[in-house]
Amino acid sequence: MEAVLAILIGLLVAASVYLMLAKSILRFLFGLILISNAANLLIFAAGRLTPGQPPLIPEGADAPFGTVANALPQALVLTAIVIGFGLFAFALVLAWRAYTELGTLDSDEMRLAEPREGGS
Amino acid sequence: MAAAHGTDWRLRAFAPAVLPVVIFVWAAGHLPAVAAGGTVRLAWDWVPSLGVSLSFLIDGLSLTFALLISGIGAVVMLYSGQYLSGHEHYGRFMGYLTAFMLAMLGLVLADNLIALFVFWELTTVTSYLLIGFGHADAKSRRSALQALLVTGTGGLALLAGFILIGSVAGSFELSEVLAQPGVLTDHPWYLAILILVLAGAFTKSAQFPLHFWLPNAMAAPTPVSAYLHSATMVKGGVYLLARMHPGLGGTEPWFWSLTVFGAFTAVFASVLALRQSDLKQVLAYTTLMALGTLTLFLASGVDVAITAAVTFLIVHSLYKACLFLAVGNIDHATGTREVSRLTGGLARAMPVTTVAAGLAALSMAGFPPFLGFIGKELKYKGILAVASEPYVVVAAVLAANALMFAAAAVVAFRPFWGRGTPELEPGATPHEAPWPMWIGPAALALLGVVFGLMPDLAAVLVDPAVVAILPAGTPYELKLWHGVNVPLLLSIATFVLGLGLYLASDRLRAGLAAIEARNPVHFDRGWDRVLDGVKAFAGWQTRLVQSGELRVYLRLTFATFLAALGGTMLARGIGVPAVALPQLLAKEWAVIVLIVAGTALVVLTRSRVAAIAGLGVVGIGVALVFIIYGAPDVAITQLLVETLVVVLVAVVLLRMPRLYSEGRVIHRPVDAVLAVAIGGATTAVLLLVLEVPLDRRLTTWFEETSWPEAFGRNIVNVILVDFRALDTFGEIAVVLIAALSAFVLIKGIRREGRE
Repeated sequence: MEAVLAILIGLLVAASVYLMLAKSILRFLFGLILISNAANLLIFAAGRLTPGQPPLIPEGADAPFGTVANALPQALVLTAIVIGFGLFAFALVLAWRAYTELGTLDSDEMRLAEPREGGS
Repeated sequence: MAAAHGTDWRLRAFAPAVLPVVIFVWAAGHLPAVAAGGTVRLAWDWVPSLGVSLSFLIDGLSLTFALLISGIGAVVMLYSGQYLSGHEHYGRFMGYLTAFMLAMLGLVLADNLIALFVFWELTTVTSYLLIGFGHADAKSRRSALQALLVTGTGGLALLAGFILIGSVAGSFELSEVLAQPGVLTDHPWYLAILILVLAGAFTKSAQFPLHFWLPNAMAAPTPVSAYLHSATMVKGGVYLLARMHPGLGGTEPWFWSLTVFGAFTAVFASVLALRQSDLKQVLAYTTLMALGTLTLFLASGVDVAITAAVTFLIVHSLYKACLFLAVGNIDHATGTREVSRLTGGLARAMPVTTVAAGLAALSMAGFPPFLGFIGKELKYKGILAVASEPYVVVAAVLAANALMFAAAAVVAFRPFWGRGTPELEPGATPHEAPWPMWIGPAALALLGVVFGLMPDLAAVLVDPAVVAILPAGTPYELKLWHGVNVPLLLSIATFVLGLGLYLASDRLRAGLAAIEARNPVHFDRGWDRVLDGVKAFAGWQTRLVQSGELRVYLRLTFATFLAALGGTMLARGIGVPAVALPQLLAKEWAVIVLIVAGTALVVLTRSRVAAIAGLGVVGIGVALVFIIYGAPDVAITQLLVETLVVVLVAVVLLRMPRLYSEGRVIHRPVDAVLAVAIGGATTAVLLLVLEVPLDRRLTTWFEETSWPEAFGRNIVNVILVDFRALDTFGEIAVVLIAALSAFVLIKGIRREGRE
């Protein structure tokens, strides 16, 4: 399953890159969401997949019995999901603010800081 | 002028000269030991991990230079105290000059290559400040920048050369590098090292075709010109050549590059010296000539030639400093430095300057019994001993010496003794300069005579320096009279030729000016063109890389990422591992189909709502992966966040226009190729990672300690809130900052809306 997931992640990354290169910053934001998902899946898959065995310690035991899912990537992904969300929320508001200030969603037209040379 | 400022000013005028005098006395104290063949080494650790130490070596060569630098430094500072008396930036000037002198001393005394380089660049920077001292004048700023860029570029080459030397010889200590004969010359990198070091030396010493910055550096106040040209700055390159001679010299490439560049610079510059109409410019070009000659004589490893080089170095420093300062006095007294206006009559008004300049000029022209005569005889002897093409090189040296004779007469004879009367600036009356402005030049001129009459005294300086350059050599004996021989005949030829050139100098100047006017090659203007080219390139490059379009930046970022990842895999010949499709359960297939379908919807749809739905589908698909593979906590978080994202996007999107206001989809095949390549690279890397056995040490540790030490049964939670609690704290901080920033952005809109 890891190999299949690897291909799936590649597909997600390709889709996000394509979206992020679009003129519309909305599509850029969609790409941002997808690429965070892809990154999280990548970390998760790199820690190997263990079906149906959450990393829990049963009552009365000092350590989990047998093989349980890898806890470390799970902790990393949890953090990453939340930070990704923070990043996305900020980017979304920024895009909205840019739209209300500049009246466009076309990133090529957002040239307040770096105006076109010669005023063209 | 000085009297008006009282004792306070007198203190300010004389105080700066104290430091060079102290250094001179300190350096002179080492003379007996060094003359006896000893060396003194002082060292402190600087960056021990890189083998860089602040080490100084006092041997014959560095001591001779140190004495010249501090001695002439004292003269120049004493002179400047009067010359710039009352100048509003006097303190700044003296600060620059002192810093420059110290940097120069560090350069000649340093025994560590990296320390030498640092001092080298310090002289570049301080000379930039000195040349650009008259910063209100655009010409002066341009000259300063030119000197900085030319010598700075050479300095970078030098650093590269030094690093190569360090890695070849295994040490950055000069004394250790030079103690291993052949370690550099027999190495395959020798040619690269030689070219880099010569690039540094030739830019600093203004060898053709990089000579143009030196005459322009005349924009500096006259005492600075005197200092830069006589003992310091430009001699830095000569010093480097002399210092590296035992390590890099003795080979064909060394011999020929120094001979060709040196000889050509010498003749070229001395012809141009006669072309100049400004006394300072005449002297500037004779400095180029001297530098060319010194380079030429350092080409070989013959005792006489090296002795000639060291002797001429001292001769030149003495007379050049004296003449520059004398020209400063003429300028001071008459208000002009134009050759055509200074046709005579100043001898009576300025007796001391006249005598000092005359003595220096006689030494420069090479008359007996001056040190200059000894130097010139040695030059002819040296060239006859070395040259494999004696006639060509002797002719070059003869021409250069004769032209120098003429230049000396133009600078130091005609303004004083000529038959004409000077055309003064309005209001100027020729008068002798105050004593601090003539005592130094007079002392330097007298030294030329004393050393000439008592060559043994000069030998105290010359011989140890020759031994330092040629450890196995024996210095040639300095003598005034060697009998009637070829050098003496050549000397007489020099005088005859030089006299003729002087008498014809006005006609020559006009003729050379006419040639120059028709000459299409202008190094100075070529420099401007090079600078313009660099600026144009920078502009083009900036427009290309910083187009101001977000998509271009992203494309470059992604392309760089791809090149780094794919390039590394290609370079290391890493292939993508083969994947055998495993047997998947129905629920696994379902999840995959869900994610693929959601992704496809987001990419392909033209509807905003459909895109949001697609994002939600992908998010839920990812959450399902977490659920299936034993990560319920992650799945819950993912679902919560995914829900929030969809809600947020929906809220914001309703306030924005449609995705494609024009109602058409733009296909971007280039972006698609880039995207697929990056996706493929990601898959390949992950597959490669999966091939390596998993290192579970950390996981095992967390599993074993989670309950006994942190009293938690959910290992993931324990990691987040206990073992890696600080990370989680950081995460919360990130979310908080994002929330605050978003709040400010939204609030800002409201306030503006109200206004």
